[in-house]
Amino acid sequence: MARKKNRMSTEVNAGSMADIAFLLLIFFLVTTTIASDKGILNVLPPKLDPLNPPPEIDLNERNIFVIRINSNDQYLIEGDYRDNTDGLDEELKAFIMNFGSPDEASVALYNSLPASVKALAGRNPESSDDPGDAVISIKTDRGTSYEKYLEVFDLAKKAYFDIYAARVNLSTDEYRALTGKNDAEESLIDRGKEGIPMAISIAEPDKIGGN
Amino acid sequence: MAKFGKKTKAEVNIPTSALPDIIFMLLFFFMVTTVLREQEILVEQKIPAATQLQKLQKKTLISYIFIGKPKNTALHGTEPRVQANDALMNTPDIVQWVNQERDMLPESDRGGITISMKVDRDVKMGPISDVQNELREADARRVLYASIGKVK
Repeated sequence: MARKKNRMSTEVNAGSMADIAFLLLIFFLVTTTIASDKGILNVLPPKLDPLNPPPEIDLNERNIFVIRINSNDQYLIEGDYRDNTDGLDEELKAFIMNFGSPDEASVALYNSLPASVKALAGRNPESSDDPGDAVISIKTDRGTSYEKYLEVFDLAKKAYFDIYAARVNLSTDEYRALTGKNDAEESLIDRGKEGIPMAISIAEPDKIGGN
Repeated sequence: MAKFGKKTKAEVNIPTSALPDIIFMLLFFFMVTTVLREQEILVEQKIPAATQLQKLQKKTLISYIFIGKPKNTALHGTEPRVQANDALMNTPDIVQWVNQERDMLPESDRGGITISMKVDRDVKMGPISDVQNELREADARRVLYASIGKVK
């Protein structure tokens, strides 16, 4: 009869398996890039109906803030040549909230504003009449680079968001993060926007310098 | 004085040999559920930076369009091209593509379709405005200029 062998413990030390698995897990967590869905929202104008062209609306020149970018990425802002956009957002804010010749509704709007926004009102007769009439017009050439266009568009959005956020006592980042997923957020968004429509007009590019 | 009986110590070692299995199970779960975007991007994508980023509430409404210089310049040339789904396409085909994308959405959401334009920063405005005209034609007017946060 065979003698019962005193077997040595043959169990493999599996304690470090967990570490290896963790390492793999962390590797996958780090390398997985989740597609980001962040961006600047723009709503394009409806398509042109050749039978039913949109009515020609004459706006006073003072109510339009014209920003042009040529194919050399130089700026023409309200008729002045620039080669950078420093301070443009402040100028845009002053333009939107100018209250040059407000009608009754805009006087009521003005009175409802917090002091920090009221301070922007320059009452300059050569700038916009009231926020409802102010339009920011961005016009590019076909050869303008997308980056410059986006930079200016971003600043125009910033001007509006700054105003909206100041009205509801939030920081601009907080206001922008509102998605309207519940009633409280929605009412905040609406209170910020009320009476100040975001009027950013993107003109058809000129056929210069592109293809 | 009461004499306490010597307690027989129970073996308190929890067997940990099953721990790796549990962790592997977690790992496999994550590996399987992570949906990697299987799209091969055929155009260059250096997304520009901006500050005023917004997130959309409903991600299912977003369709992606990529614009940039083709990576394979020998085959597709150096002019900026438009990519949607897996293939490069010509600008006039965008209307049809938008309609296909819209048909995939539930009926109640079709009006809210949003096109995320992932545009390389070196592209000029010409091709972009052509694409935007096509999107207007297709009545998909909500456009998201995809961009990454700018470090202030």
